Amino acid sequence: MKTIINKKEINIKTEDKDLNLLEWLRETIGMTGAKNGCGIGVCGACTILIENKPQKSCILKVQDIIGKEVTTIEGMANADGTLHPLQQAFMDAGAIQCGFCTPGMVLTAHAFLLKNPNPTRLQARQAIKGNLCRCTGYQQIIDAIISASAYYNS
Amino acid sequence: MKTMNSKSTAWRNDAYAKVTGIAKYTDDLKMLNCLHAVPVYSDYVSAKIISIETDKAMKQPGVVKVVTYKDVPGNLQFGQIIKDYSIFAHDRIRTCGDVIAVIVAISRQQAIDAIPFVKLVAEELPAVLDAEEALKEGSPLVHESHGSNIANYHCVRTGDIAKGEKEADIIIEQEFTTSRIEHAYMEPESALCWQRPDGVMEVFGSMQHPFSTRRFVASTLGKPLSDVEVKTVPMGGGFGGKDDTAAIVCARTALCSMMTKRPVKMTYSREWSMRESYKRHPYKIQYRMGLKNDGKITFVKVRMVADGGAYCSVTPWVTWRSTVQCCGPYEVPNVHCDVYGVYTNNIYCGAMRGFGSPQVNFAIEQLIEMAAEKLGLDEIEMRRRNMVHQGSITVTGQKLDMHTVSLEQVLDIVVKESDYLNKKQKCSFGKSENDQLYGIGLAISYRGMSLGAEGTDFNSAIINVQPDGSILLETGVHENGQGSESAMILLCAEHLSVSKDRIRYRQPSTSNIPDGGTTVASRGTLLGGGAVVNAAKQLREHIARVIAPDLKCKAEDVIFENEILYDKDKKHKISFNEAIRLMYSRQEYPYSFGVFQAPQVSWDEHTGQGNAYFTWVYACQAVELKVNAKTEQITLLNMIAAHDVGKAVNPELLKGQFYGGMAMGAGYGILEKCDVKNGKVVPTNLHQYRILRSTDLPEMTAIIVENYDPVSPSGAKGIGEPTNEIMAPAIANAVYHATGKRYPDQPVKIIVERRDTEAQSHGEKK
Ligand code: FES
Ligand code: FES
Repeated sequence: MKTIINKKEINIKTEDKDLNLLEWLRETIGMTGAKNGCGIGVCGACTILIENKPQKSCILKVQDIIGKEVTTIEGMANADGTLHPLQQAFMDAGAIQCGFCTPGMVLTAHAFLLKNPNPTRLQARQAIKGNLCRCTGYQQIIDAIISASAYYNS
Repeated sequence: MKTMNSKSTAWRNDAYAKVTGIAKYTDDLKMLNCLHAVPVYSDYVSAKIISIETDKAMKQPGVVKVVTYKDVPGNLQFGQIIKDYSIFAHDRIRTCGDVIAVIVAISRQQAIDAIPFVKLVAEELPAVLDAEEALKEGSPLVHESHGSNIANYHCVRTGDIAKGEKEADIIIEQEFTTSRIEHAYMEPESALCWQRPDGVMEVFGSMQHPFSTRRFVASTLGKPLSDVEVKTVPMGGGFGGKDDTAAIVCARTALCSMMTKRPVKMTYSREWSMRESYKRHPYKIQYRMGLKNDGKITFVKVRMVADGGAYCSVTPWVTWRSTVQCCGPYEVPNVHCDVYGVYTNNIYCGAMRGFGSPQVNFAIEQLIEMAAEKLGLDEIEMRRRNMVHQGSITVTGQKLDMHTVSLEQVLDIVVKESDYLNKKQKCSFGKSENDQLYGIGLAISYRGMSLGAEGTDFNSAIINVQPDGSILLETGVHENGQGSESAMILLCAEHLSVSKDRIRYRQPSTSNIPDGGTTVASRGTLLGGGAVVNAAKQLREHIARVIAPDLKCKAEDVIFENEILYDKDKKHKISFNEAIRLMYSRQEYPYSFGVFQAPQVSWDEHTGQGNAYFTWVYACQAVELKVNAKTEQITLLNMIAAHDVGKAVNPELLKGQFYGGMAMGAGYGILEKCDVKNGKVVPTNLHQYRILRSTDLPEMTAIIVENYDPVSPSGAKGIGEPTNEIMAPAIANAVYHATGKRYPDQPVKIIVERRDTEAQSHGEKK
């Protein structure tokens, strides 16, 4: 049983199949970018992309990613550490405060922009409605999505 | 006055780590051989404890230790003001969040599995669940030793209320209520502790106040402060909510670590966090206000009752702010104000962004409009006639002449930018051709900055320039997510005339920098920034003294500019790096320790008079909204805020505070309410305690107003809380302009009157 996380193949042990996906990512694989804000699929802090679709890993099992391609926040920047343009846009727009929602926000926005490279502000607003942020009021997150769309456009 | 509305690129020192997911929050940290701890609660709200049986739990797989009050070597009792909180319940259960034990196991799941095996034998006692009931004679006492359920009382007595009554042409009375609010920081509490080989208990935690955490930990363990070191790591939001509870979680975890001699981590689930953590106080506020026909307020009589729940926490300070600001930003010659902080068996309440002002503002900013309407006056004009101006005397007798009183400026800006006067004409007042009712509303406030007469107010900063010219900066301010570290770096760079890129913010440790108090009360930039500016000034003077001979001038003539030092005529120059090298070679450390001590404030508890705060900020926010007359749905159309911040240190991050504060304030206005039923917190997680989603919020506009504050070394004041204290009343006013109905209870729940039976069921819901 295998999965591909951030373009790297990972073996899944049989006994891990039924584990909570978020916990497995954080504890077994050591990827702590996805956060636990609620554990019941409401806040989006644990968002990862499965086949480029945002999913809440806290309500999934490890078996849900067998044979699938997964992207976590750790896979967004380039190997040399340079940022993805969307990440740069988040920084430049002031879209980050405490940062706890940020990994999930970035991934949700990324999946959205891949499908809608030319969104309106309202569409961007709707795209992130499954990701709660208590700090920012979402304004600068939407700014970031709009400014990054130029990259997805080209 | 300067206003800013242009866009620049945001900068914060921790953005890269956060946007790439490599930032390590407490639960992301791992330690070898780490054990996991979980809290155990009881099913009671009020009970006498007979015994806590842990034997069975001890025998469960993986369980290493079950810790109860018997294991506490130091003090069992805590409290920032009154030590009424037991770190582990021992004789009484007073509220649903009381912790009777902590289970430590090899894995977190094993600890959780053992929870049902801790058995509490207790005798149920009568509970008091309503603040007014609690005040009555013969009501059960939450803390018998306290002698009454009044945790604290504050008053204001200004002028002569009878005279004010006589002078009044009209009198208006109204009762308001506000709800209990959950902070809902996205990261639940977490702590990781280990006993270092040198004997120091090292604590990493998601908490807002490293120094009170250190006090709590040391006191629980019975150790001196020097044997506990609290290190700060990124924190997923606080909003005032990560003080007591978060520190207590750290203290319990440290105790587990001390007992097991292994690292221990305790990460709260959202359910535990909601159940145990303190909330914003619900208030009942009763106003009686007299006015002259020309709109001038002649008197205000107000009584406020705050439900503080089972423990005191900072209720006396929260209610003190409500007391000082009891008439809103208005001049009132005769004031009679009584404020009670009350014990009940409900979940306890403590600090939350705004700290006693959102409740008062929700009420007063509606009352002023109600009065205006009664007098047939325009609500903006009404405010102008009563609001504080330069040189005004506040209701506590403080003369506002030490800084620019910009209340009318911010009001003018918002009225203009929102096109308030024209849009007001278009408001529906309950009448519309379709089901959409339109309204615009605004609210204003003033706010005393920092702690005021609540506490000792000082802070420090260390600037330590390394031999290669790189700089380590440390302050006693805590990064809560608001960007305080970035603000400190920018101030340091500006005042040393060096690039911010050479400055590294050293993550503070309680063992290095002196106790700077808590990063609350919007005091980070003001107090910490003040200390940074003073430290930079000392360092510049020191460097100038040493380098002046090389520049062939007097020390006081050395100029710092863009990383270069010159003499007055710029005939000679030395780079910053070279200056530092020379200092080291001359046995001089380019090191400085700067302190900012807040100017003296005063307070007379008996009369409620004094110079309560050393400086004030002024704000105005407005909102446009639609109310659907059929579905009772409120749709926010846009929100705008103007705040005088003194000086904008980091404009884009500052705007982030505006937006976040307005959003949280809007949630307070239309949605949030943490119900308690039979003493138990009803919402268990974020599906039941809803906060606003992106689609619930409109586009927002932030207008920064700068009036350099002479008492602040950096000129800056603060922003965290002011942004979160007036959107709710602005919404309530807009809803009134839309529907023609007043909603004196927060959150504003629209109730459409229907002629059918449905109307009654809706009425009951309210
Ligand atoms: S932690 Fe998964 S949605 Fe909140
Ligand atoms: S930045 Fe704190 S929750 Fe979004």
